Amino acid sequence: MSRLSDANVALAHDIIRRYPRPKSALIPLLHLAQEQDGWVSDDAMSHLAELVGVTPAEVKGTCTFYEMFKLHPVGTYMVNICTNLSCQLLGGEELLHHAEETLGIRAGGTTEDGMFTIEDVECIAACTEAPCIQVNYRFGLRLTHDDFDDIIAALRAGNTPDKLITSNPGEPIPSHGTLGLARQTMTEEQTAHIIAPEQIHEAPVWLTAAAKDN
Amino acid sequence: MAIGDYVPHAPGYVETPGTKIVTSRFTYEDSYTMERYEATGGYEGLRAALKRTPEEVHGETRDATLLGRGGAGFPAGIKWGFCPPEVWPRYLVVNGDESEPGTYKDRLLMERDPHQLIEGCLIACYAIGLSQCFLYVRGEMAIAQQRIADALNEAYAKGYIGQNILGSDFSVDIVLHWGAGAYIVGEETALIESLEGNRGMPRLKPPFFPAAVGLYGQPTIVNNVETLANLPWLMNNSAEEYKKYGSETSPGTRMFAVSGQVKRPGVYEVEQGVTTYEDLLYGDDYCQGMRDGRTLKAFVPGGGSAPWLFPEQVSLPLEARPVGAAGTMLGSGAIMVMDDSSCAVKSALRLVRFYARESCGKCTPCREGTSWEEKILQRIHDGHGRPGDIELLLDVADNISPGPYPVASDESQGLEAVPFPPKQTTICPLGPSSVAPITSALRRFRHEFDEKIAMAVTTNHPEISVDLDSKTEVSS
Repeated sequence: MSRLSDANVALAHDIIRRYPRPKSALIPLLHLAQEQDGWVSDDAMSHLAELVGVTPAEVKGTCTFYEMFKLHPVGTYMVNICTNLSCQLLGGEELLHHAEETLGIRAGGTTEDGMFTIEDVECIAACTEAPCIQVNYRFGLRLTHDDFDDIIAALRAGNTPDKLITSNPGEPIPSHGTLGLARQTMTEEQTAHIIAPEQIHEAPVWLTAAAKDN
Repeated sequence: MAIGDYVPHAPGYVETPGTKIVTSRFTYEDSYTMERYEATGGYEGLRAALKRTPEEVHGETRDATLLGRGGAGFPAGIKWGFCPPEVWPRYLVVNGDESEPGTYKDRLLMERDPHQLIEGCLIACYAIGLSQCFLYVRGEMAIAQQRIADALNEAYAKGYIGQNILGSDFSVDIVLHWGAGAYIVGEETALIESLEGNRGMPRLKPPFFPAAVGLYGQPTIVNNVETLANLPWLMNNSAEEYKKYGSETSPGTRMFAVSGQVKRPGVYEVEQGVTTYEDLLYGDDYCQGMRDGRTLKAFVPGGGSAPWLFPEQVSLPLEARPVGAAGTMLGSGAIMVMDDSSCAVKSALRLVRFYARESCGKCTPCREGTSWEEKILQRIHDGHGRPGDIELLLDVADNISPGPYPVASDESQGLEAVPFPPKQTTICPLGPSSVAPITSALRRFRHEFDEKIAMAVTTNHPEISVDLDSKTEVSS
């Protein structure tokens, strides 16, 4: 797969500018690469290394630490099923087994048509609504096995499943790699002063002004 | 929607009687929009803060004894004071990497009221002269990221963030940053490593805590989402007013997520200190007791890392000190309830597996030990346990956390509580946390482990018979 597209390189420069040091942008940039391709390729990592000024090995070092980054192609929809204690007590494991049987794959696998990947994940912070899942990081809560089947059927038909929660009702579930549908945008004029820490030597003005007033 | 109902657009949140400090807008469906926020007193706290000197704002926070809501419960005002004077710049990092098993509050705060969090960040930055703020949101929380991104864009456009905020000489930038799935990044020094673009491995501390040497080697304040969400209310009111809620040592309210086998699991904002676990678990306004007429077996009182409590400890108040003395911690306010149909071996295994998966690999006792613990528990659970497995398990646990491990008292066995915190041979508390479910389950439910092992031995090795009472092998 590929390096970042021109449009994404422009976005990448935008993101890098928000940090006092370029390497800090690495995780958001890896997400950007994953948004473009659905996974993170070696070429993309080399490109990111050029953009932030580190070696490709350093990028890979960071990338491999975080489990959301996939180093090989995965399904269009990443189905994460929680089996941690709160969900396990209320049927999370049974839901995982149901998903495995329905889709004909084991946790970690991808269906042959490339639509779905299932993962057996740790707590995803919806414990009171067990058993819960995420599809491309959109929540499905208090799911029965039938609810799960409905979600899969709706996604196969190209619809937004009713049982998945989006920010606005009916918002599409983007393919794997895209997280929030909005980005922070900061224009040059709006920002206060993002510069490297070694260029700042004094207390901010509002502190010194207040001290003088006293 | 009335008191006692689930709020449909904030899944899990239940409206309860009493003053709400951080969840006051949750009942509005559009609580995350700028219009609603401004219509309900939004950014008034910032205006109030800007009318005072930074030192006064810091003093108000210190006087309120605003305790950190992330897990350790350290007073925020005192933490802020640890920044060495004359070292600039200073940074603020907001810990929104909520991933402790059972914990479900920061995500609601970020999704339902992002402006409140942003206002809290601005007040903190003003008080101690922080020149940039990074809002680190957990990678898996796509909707929270989306809502915060929108909120930041609106707030920048309206002049609440950026250059010369509201016409004052206060200027600060808030940057939305997001992670990529690593529990350990919730530890503050690992969070800083991750924010520098590195693998999220904790740094050794002491001697240098982040308030002295943090992001880019500069003084850095790391605060939890819920902690900062309290600041707008505090500025609009006062420390004195804040201390009218809760108890003397734990003032204010706190969000608790009660999950598991109760009738009405949910997220509740209650007064700290004066409310007890019993109120939460059995109260009509709260969880209404166990489901299906079952009885309480045990509960995790403060996130997966907390040693368990048992039915006779439900009267403990939701306050750090008494809970610590009882052998566990208030932690992240996550309560997971197990009834008598649950299996102690399985529950312990499921929690230990979490730590084995999430160990970052930096310290040997944790990297090796947690996966040993998982494997031993897995084979006991699967019916392949061996005599001596429990002793082996405890030995491995002792290498991660030496000495008596914090555990609740057990009057029936005449055993006293071992107070929190545990000792550790590792840099951060992740490894020692894996020991909590093991010692807790073994202290009270050892017979379940023994029975499983005895069953495995008699099934797999019929030539050996085991005397369960003396727990020793008897040759046949």
